[in-house]
Amino acid sequence: MMEMQHQESLGRWDGLSSRDASSRAEAMEFICQEVMRKVEAIEPKKAATPALGSSPNSDLNDILVHLLMLSRRCPFEDVRGRCTQLLRDIQDLGIRIPRPLGSGPSRFIPEKEILQVSKVDASTQAIFEDAFAALHRLDNISLVMSFHPQYLGSFLRTQHYLLQMDGPLPLHYRHYICIMAAARHQCSYLVNLHVNDFLQVGGNTKWLNGLNEAPQKLQQLGEINKILAHRPWLLTKEHIERLLKTEEHSWSLAELIHAVVLLTHYHSLSSFTFGCGIMPEINCDGGHTFRPPSVSQYCVCDIANGNGHANHHDDLLGNQEMCGEVEELMERMKQLQECRDDEEASQEEMATRFEREKTESMLVVTSEDEECVPSRDISRHFEDTSYGYQDFSRRGEQVPTFRAQDYSWEDHGFSLVNRLYPDVGQMLDEKFQMAYNLTYNTMATHKDVDTSMLRRAIWNYIHCMFGIRYDDYDYGEINQLLDRSFKIYIKTMVCSPEKTTKRMYESFWRQFQHSEKVPVNLLLMEARMQAELLYALRAITRYMT
Amino acid sequence: MEKMSRVTTALGSSSITGRTMFCHLDAPANAISVCRDAAQVVVAGRNIFKIYALEEEQFVEKLNLRVGRKPSLNFSCADVMWHQMEENLLATAATNGAVVTWNLGKPSRNKQDQLFTEHKRTVNKVCFHPTEAYMLLSGSQDGFMKCFDLRKKESVSTFSGQSESVRDVQFSMKDYFTFAASFENGNVQLWDIRRPDRYERMFTAHTGPVFCCDWHPDDRGWLATGGRDKMVKVWDMTTNRAKEIYCVQTIASVARVKWRPEKKFHLATCSMMVDHNIYVWDIRRPFIPFATFEEHKDVTTGIVWRHQHDPHYLLSGSKDSTLYQHMFKDATRPVDKANPEGLCFGLMGDLAFAVNESLVSSDAGRKPYPGGDRRYPFFSFKKPNPTEQFAHVSSALSVFETDLDSSRMDWFVKTAQLYLLSGKPFTELCDHNATVAQELKRPQVRRVRTKIIIRITGTANLNVSAFSFSMKEMGPESRLERCKGESRPDNVHLDLTSFPENEETEGSDGPTEYMFGDAELDDDDLYPMEHDNQTVPEEPVYTLPPEAFQLRHEIIDNPSAPEHLQQDKADSPHVSGNEAEVACLTPIESFSLISISQPLYSPHLHASFFCPIVREMLSHYAERGDVQMAVSVLIVLGERIRKEIDDLTQEHWYMSYIDLLQRFELWNVSNDVIKLSTCSAITCLNQTSTTLHINCSNCKRPMSNKGWICDRCRQCASACAVCHHVVKGLFVWCQGCSHGGHLEHIMNWLKNNSHCPAGCGHLCEYT
Repeated sequence: MMEMQHQESLGRWDGLSSRDASSRAEAMEFICQEVMRKVEAIEPKKAATPALGSSPNSDLNDILVHLLMLSRRCPFEDVRGRCTQLLRDIQDLGIRIPRPLGSGPSRFIPEKEILQVSKVDASTQAIFEDAFAALHRLDNISLVMSFHPQYLGSFLRTQHYLLQMDGPLPLHYRHYICIMAAARHQCSYLVNLHVNDFLQVGGNTKWLNGLNEAPQKLQQLGEINKILAHRPWLLTKEHIERLLKTEEHSWSLAELIHAVVLLTHYHSLSSFTFGCGIMPEINCDGGHTFRPPSVSQYCVCDIANGNGHANHHDDLLGNQEMCGEVEELMERMKQLQECRDDEEASQEEMATRFEREKTESMLVVTSEDEECVPSRDISRHFEDTSYGYQDFSRRGEQVPTFRAQDYSWEDHGFSLVNRLYPDVGQMLDEKFQMAYNLTYNTMATHKDVDTSMLRRAIWNYIHCMFGIRYDDYDYGEINQLLDRSFKIYIKTMVCSPEKTTKRMYESFWRQFQHSEKVPVNLLLMEARMQAELLYALRAITRYMT
Repeated sequence: MEKMSRVTTALGSSSITGRTMFCHLDAPANAISVCRDAAQVVVAGRNIFKIYALEEEQFVEKLNLRVGRKPSLNFSCADVMWHQMEENLLATAATNGAVVTWNLGKPSRNKQDQLFTEHKRTVNKVCFHPTEAYMLLSGSQDGFMKCFDLRKKESVSTFSGQSESVRDVQFSMKDYFTFAASFENGNVQLWDIRRPDRYERMFTAHTGPVFCCDWHPDDRGWLATGGRDKMVKVWDMTTNRAKEIYCVQTIASVARVKWRPEKKFHLATCSMMVDHNIYVWDIRRPFIPFATFEEHKDVTTGIVWRHQHDPHYLLSGSKDSTLYQHMFKDATRPVDKANPEGLCFGLMGDLAFAVNESLVSSDAGRKPYPGGDRRYPFFSFKKPNPTEQFAHVSSALSVFETDLDSSRMDWFVKTAQLYLLSGKPFTELCDHNATVAQELKRPQVRRVRTKIIIRITGTANLNVSAFSFSMKEMGPESRLERCKGESRPDNVHLDLTSFPENEETEGSDGPTEYMFGDAELDDDDLYPMEHDNQTVPEEPVYTLPPEAFQLRHEIIDNPSAPEHLQQDKADSPHVSGNEAEVACLTPIESFSLISISQPLYSPHLHASFFCPIVREMLSHYAERGDVQMAVSVLIVLGERIRKEIDDLTQEHWYMSYIDLLQRFELWNVSNDVIKLSTCSAITCLNQTSTTLHINCSNCKRPMSNKGWICDRCRQCASACAVCHHVVKGLFVWCQGCSHGGHLEHIMNWLKNNSHCPAGCGHLCEYT
């Protein structure tokens, strides 16, 4: 309800995303007047009934919330200033103004570490402005990613192309598919974001009641959404066939590719969202409060994920012990690099190592204790809640290992995507490479470290969890480079991101900077996306041949 | 050395025999290679490593190199190469990064000879030196190339590409020391085998990975590369900078490229994804493959010419687990299926026409353009662009330019706009339309309209002869007869061409000249259009009609058809490729079938009697490309005629007419036609995509469908930025700032201002 209402007023906000300072000022002026008018209108009433939530009031509240968002997130200095000023003025009039809940865009990363919107270099500023102009918002994900402006640019470009530019699917379908994908992981943040967008492009409110209210066509997508999100290796050409067979609600190949790219993108983005503890947007539910600050901190998500304040305590202790962790890791990397040649594992040994890694990844137990009950709100977007990640090599079903050399993104996936959905292949390719090669050659306090080995280990470990094997990789390396807590984090984030907790985030690589942990998250996200995409594309290729 | 090998391997093509054949492999193949004497082929893949003998009728499995109970990953081959000098020597590139050599001369079952595990990543390619027995080169995913001396245990030199993965390495056929390497980032490097420190030359060949490269077997400087960007490029490496001399655009990423032996300009390609065929291209003719082999059911992974001096045998292995030998003579030749003619309309009505040159010349001789007095004002023969082709095909391109002044479709547009199709009594409609036609100087059309009145109203006081002479399909005898019977056979005499026999268009001095649909379709030639503006026959031309001609008489003195005798014959040109195309109905045998006989004169005819005649007439018009007439008459006559013409035909006419109208952007008229049509298939056109989504201009929310007020922000949604009133009608808005208003207001405003009237500061533009 909230989202719907604040959307109304959005029309007026558009002027603020203009690059032209004078038109921004003009739009701002207009908003000021509007707000003041509203404030004056409720003034007398307010004296009589101070209760919050009466209808003209909530309308105003939405505007105030939006102003609050702008005052924090708008990339334009002048707008931020004016909004802050305006809010202060309103407060002086005796109106209760909202304040943001939580601190900063991420729960895991202290706000001070993340780039302030106000202090960015020119290139990041340009990216922010682009994003703001396209969406009239700058979301928390972008802010967290802005540790790596180069990647952020590529990411936003791709996302913008997928959601806004020419493509086989109509706009509201796209957003609905995003909702479907994010809902699979109960990622309320992304769901909320796209519910807004969905309504804004004219989507039917009814669809939001659940998948069974959506058109048949989208309902049919539910199946592969489910499989892709949790057990992509089970996707077969029959699934594709079912979607494409000619009938009223069938999909075209191009549409399907578009949908698949969207699904995988949002599955992995959900991983990132949870993995970095992205906070709800200020102007969405749970991102702000009108309560005075004295009321104790309360955040639904925090409680659901067991992130009370209590956690901070043992982290401090842990930190002490874990000194030297980085050095140890670097030592091992060096060793691996050096003794590669003298100790040549037999082929069988290599194969077993892969199997072992695969099986071991099963043993990395994700915190099962808390049965995460998805809030009603989100669960209506997907069916079959019980369907979750299942370990690749568990139970009798023998799914053959996916050989990366037989179906790789570079050789096969790219061509297929680019053929059916032009330019997207290029963008994804760029994004994958960017994430894979993202390094500043630092490890915690150490400079000039070649991290390629570590990155490859992470990438292959994730693919290993999805049953993708690289012939030319010695899976023994993973065991040496990734410690248990890191593996737990990876596995949780990739397979059941909704269970990621702050404790997990903090317990791996304790000495590393947040700016180094974020690229790991990006790497995880892209690796997961590629893995899902490979399975989906392979199924489509098989269908086509 | 090189000379020697040439001599020993240069077998006459006669010594190789065989046919197109295939055999099933147990597993998908990744690569194949042949031995020097073209008698055996090795197939390698993840789960297969076998040698087959090529026999006359079939492949025979000779040897399985995959031995051992638990084959290791060393057997999982990404590439294989058979040494071209040493019959017993093979090398494979394994997906786990190993380079393995195999010696077939070994007595044991396991033929593995040497194992090099120096590469860290998958080895994509191995390549033996063409003449040197012990030199092997490998290129790997890890970005390194290594040169091995097979007499030593390890590589003799390592070349670092300083960039991403190596996809292909190829020794030059001519330069002893040179090899080329292609990379995943789109680069190609040339190396000197003696200098591992730095490449000799590097250039960017493709966007995205270069999957393969191949040196020309004869020409020293030519290197062909194929990439993920779906291109095959041929580079001339003899110059200082690598120069792209040929480029072939294929439909899928190029996985392998191999020059065809003994044919300087031919090369074979296969793709890695989506496309399963093998193409042989003539690089000088990059738009259509010279030959295609379509046998495989899954992507082709390896191609190799069976013998290095025989261009007729191609071997291929595929993911579909088959090994094929293709005979060149069995290949499909796409060029045979290609349409040798091309026809295209330009924006301004120009017409370009390309055709096999031989056809043009022979045509010209065979078919003299009829009528010496004809003018062909815009028949310009542009330079033929002969291209050298394998099948000795060359095309001529002709461009027919229209005279821009001759607004040739004006009549169509005007009549379309002016014809009244409904809303008045029937006779008035006819009258009106007749007048319109008259004004637009299309007398014949007018007459038809008039005639319809006569016929259908069928009033007794009509001069009966009006019927008879309105029949354009009269047999000659009856015509004469009637002429005699006429009190005043009018001096207007139309000598009309009709085309029951697909005849060449013969000239007529009549007012109407049509473009003949059959011209382009049957004869590969085109008569663009004919103008005959000034022929105004002053006196009746009484020609005895030859077979193909039929005369049509018009009696003008009919009281109910008050027309002028003055017949301005200047007729607007009729064009039309378009019309001819869209209106090509099944030709009706001949109009002369209807011979009207005496009973016609009976004054008590029922209107329905004429229906067949009208029907014929309409089909006649439609067939001649004037669907406008057919449809207009159809609509005006409505029920009276509808039953006579079968629905399909009607629908066809309607569709054609609507299509035409829409091409001329006569949306309103076309909508009228749709509305008035009685064809259910047509009326339902109006019911598709009838939703117009609008968003409120204030809150940007979609408007619900109730009136002009947005129910969310409770404001008038579409207020005019100039007068601030609600716009109910034509609303024009700027796509930049989304402000707008009444069409005229905005037009006026923007005449004097450049800024948006809403004051948003946007520089709107009205175009």
